[in-house]
Amino acid sequence: MADREPFVHPYIPNSVPEVKRRMLDEIGAEDIEDLFEQIPERLRFKGKMGIPGPLRSECELKRHVESILLKNKTCRAYLSFLGAGCWQHYVPAVCDEINRRAEFLTAYGGEPYEDHGRFQALFEYESMMAELVDMDVVNVPTYDGAQAAATSIRMASRITGRKEALLPRTMSPERLAVIKNYCRPDIAIRLLDYDPATGELDLGDLRRKASGETAAVFFENPSYLGFVETRGDEISRVAHDSGALSVVYVDPISLGVLAPPPEYGADIVCGDIQPLGMHMNYGGGHGGFIATRDEVRFVKEYPSRLFGIATNAEGEWVFGDVAYERTSFAVREKGKEFVGTHAALWGITAGVYLALLGPRGIAELGRTIMQRTQYAMKRIAAIRGVKLQFAAPSFKEFVVNFDGTGRTVEQVNRSLFERKIFGGRDLSRDFPELGQSALYCVTEVHTKADIDALVSALNAAVQ
Amino acid sequence: MRETRPERDETDVKKGDRDVLRRFHEAKWDEPVIFELSTAGERGVLPPEVEKEIADEVGDGVSSLPESMRRKRPPALPELSQARVLRHYLRLSQETLGADLNVDVGQGTCTMKYSPKVNDQLAGMPEITELHPLQDEATVQGILEIMYNLDLFMREISGMDQFSLQPGGGSQAMANRACMIRAYHESRGDKNRDEMLTTIFSHPSDAAAAAVAGFKVITVPPGKNGYPDLEAFEKAISDRTAGLMITNPEDTGIFNPDIDRVTRMVHDAGGLCAYDQANANGMLGITRAREAGFDMCFFNLHKSFSTPHGCGGPASAALGVSRELARFLPVPIVSFDGRKYYLDYDRPDSIGKVRTWYGVPPVHLKAYSWIVALGDEGLKEVARIAVLNNNYVMKKVLEMPGASAPYGRGRYRLEQVRYSWERLRELTGVTTDDIQRRAFDFGVHYWTSHHPFVVPEPMTVEPTESYSKAELDEFLNILRHIVHEAQMEPEKVRNAPYNSVVRRIPSAPFDDPDRWAITWRAYLKKQRRERAPGGH
Repeated sequence: MADREPFVHPYIPNSVPEVKRRMLDEIGAEDIEDLFEQIPERLRFKGKMGIPGPLRSECELKRHVESILLKNKTCRAYLSFLGAGCWQHYVPAVCDEINRRAEFLTAYGGEPYEDHGRFQALFEYESMMAELVDMDVVNVPTYDGAQAAATSIRMASRITGRKEALLPRTMSPERLAVIKNYCRPDIAIRLLDYDPATGELDLGDLRRKASGETAAVFFENPSYLGFVETRGDEISRVAHDSGALSVVYVDPISLGVLAPPPEYGADIVCGDIQPLGMHMNYGGGHGGFIATRDEVRFVKEYPSRLFGIATNAEGEWVFGDVAYERTSFAVREKGKEFVGTHAALWGITAGVYLALLGPRGIAELGRTIMQRTQYAMKRIAAIRGVKLQFAAPSFKEFVVNFDGTGRTVEQVNRSLFERKIFGGRDLSRDFPELGQSALYCVTEVHTKADIDALVSALNAAVQ
Repeated sequence: MRETRPERDETDVKKGDRDVLRRFHEAKWDEPVIFELSTAGERGVLPPEVEKEIADEVGDGVSSLPESMRRKRPPALPELSQARVLRHYLRLSQETLGADLNVDVGQGTCTMKYSPKVNDQLAGMPEITELHPLQDEATVQGILEIMYNLDLFMREISGMDQFSLQPGGGSQAMANRACMIRAYHESRGDKNRDEMLTTIFSHPSDAAAAAVAGFKVITVPPGKNGYPDLEAFEKAISDRTAGLMITNPEDTGIFNPDIDRVTRMVHDAGGLCAYDQANANGMLGITRAREAGFDMCFFNLHKSFSTPHGCGGPASAALGVSRELARFLPVPIVSFDGRKYYLDYDRPDSIGKVRTWYGVPPVHLKAYSWIVALGDEGLKEVARIAVLNNNYVMKKVLEMPGASAPYGRGRYRLEQVRYSWERLRELTGVTTDDIQRRAFDFGVHYWTSHHPFVVPEPMTVEPTESYSKAELDEFLNILRHIVHEAQMEPEKVRNAPYNSVVRRIPSAPFDDPDRWAITWRAYLKKQRRERAPGGH
């Protein structure tokens, strides 16, 4: 490098040779190499990393990255009916506008003085989520819904002093895998059977398995497989009768029309905020929430940051960390689980989303989604050989069974793909007992024309 | 509404000082809580209504739900017109000190480097935002190519053999590593290893995540150099040792030169060594996990690799392992068969999943773009300049009265330093918390340390490669000014801030169950209770 033009990258101002020299002189060092004196020679990396580039000009860089990204085909270019935990909802422009603001995008761990706005925005997020789920405490978001579920179960275990959780066999396999991993070795996970006609939890099996060992009875509503668990109050009652907590995983966007879980006995509500204003981002738009009543025994068990409100001597609104001493930031391994960098920006965005929708918007949206979904279910069920797997109400997802068509889901999806449609999630590997079944998702973005196009493509696929 | 008239501090900056000290005041909108802005009937966005044919065919949709499952009362969300929502949040954004706005070297350990705008633009393209994780692989070849290549880059930078990009942040990577260490010992039928070693200057999650995974945490105490000496490790290592989770350099900026000996000792005892590389910014291309003998490592892409911190995520960690441990990585792994990229789930020994899907791809994309913008030499220059900047700042800070940098006196540091103002406190009564609040009056962040405060009156500064000498001088001038104030008028520092968004925040309400309010509805309830006869 020495005999060439000095490499002053736009991201590294002090590469300017004169500046470097001046700084070294101030330090009293001869060469930058001297500053690495702590690293012994034997640990020095001598080779080349073989990393391509540099693409020094932004123009080249952008061209290069764009050229790779343009190989992707989006859910705008294709008509998508994929859901399964990541959903295509409309993202209002104001959501993007706010989460791309440099102030929010590039802030990090400041204090509630100079980052007052960040604390307030996240407090408001907690507050609006609280209205939606009808609880008094909501955390600053954790990584994703799966993490929120896993932590909710661990919280239930600490609160009850018990070491077993009961979960429905119909739940998301991804989420279950995260929970199992995260709850080991402290909590045993046992699965509950379901009613093959409706998909709903088998209450008999629940009663058999609920015991004095049970910390939590966990269920999803709507479930991973789309149906609404209509007997939430009975499930919660069984949980409570055995001294366990009722933990309900919800899709928050359903709560304009579906009853909030505390109405049917939930002690802890958790879920994923991706539907509330986050793009799918190839699965990168997730954030998890946990909500409980405002009781010390619950609050003290959260691992997450909890931002609270107060007033100061001047009468200003001020914000701060509630019960900080419970966190690993304060007391390391003696804290509740651990906390770190999770998904705060998505929390702020979900707050913006809920403020935009308001009480009427969230209800109207829920209605629209249910109408479109029912229309799709009805039309799809009318296709010869195709049937709906479960006779239970759905919110936005439902299981379609193709056994009567002689086609596999893979074959059906390949045929749809040729017509630029992403068919539903193939369930045949995760739920072999459902035969050739797929999980379809319909939201407010799907028009009648979109659904009709799907139906006609399905008709062609099963011919 | 409440009335507030905080005094503006006008005396700080005399005429002629302007070059060295900014007459700063943060935006203060006195913005109400959003619920206070609600006007019944206002609307922010309208959801689409269904076509008449659909309504005719299925009715209102919600009647399919049993009565007990229908929401009776709408959620008490605020009602605001669209522009009011926008203005409210823009005001809150202005009351937030983003890294883009300040000389953000005061948030030590956070590596607040510049996050190039072009990468945000790229990550905003529909070709990434509008991708569903279950799309046919043929339609996501672009993003898979980026994730695969990022894995290859990380291998080069660390010397490890394979990476997973699944963890959504450093702490989740730490949890992952603990799971893999557990899986490794289980796979060998080795059931007696239940102790995880770490050090006090490693991130709290190194200890806490290990505890969640079921390990007993052994914190090896630091010696006079700031890191534990070999004897201390010797004492802590036993046949119960499952592994070591350690940062190097630790948050002191001091590199443990015996690290390869430590990893050998742990290996000899049958344990695994996991490297927390949150502090990697001063080492890119200089020294690697492999040469130091580690079996695993992880990088925070939102730190060393420039992706914006987003008020605390979404973030991403790249988790790397040696060939022997690759089979335990979470599924799926992004692979390449010579023709196409694909998601490999066929990994029977995998620990399974720690996070939904594949991590946070927009963050992967930004890190990828940053790395190719710099190339091999550029990455090394990042490390060199980050270390140069840090030692320059250290030289200048240590010239200030009352400042010290405990451990390793007279030695250069890598990318950050944990300073102590203990002497200044002894002289003036001014604490690091006071200095912190005063720093906000000049438009910069200031961070003390994780707990416990092993270094008394700590301040952690990490200049990174992103700031010019002039900017570093500005930060130093602020510190110098505050130290001067501490000596001349300590009360002024103690009563700060004056020019931040709010005045002093009391801590008591946040620790008192009768007063804490984590949501607006909880606040209103507690207020009502307080006002009620016989209330608190």
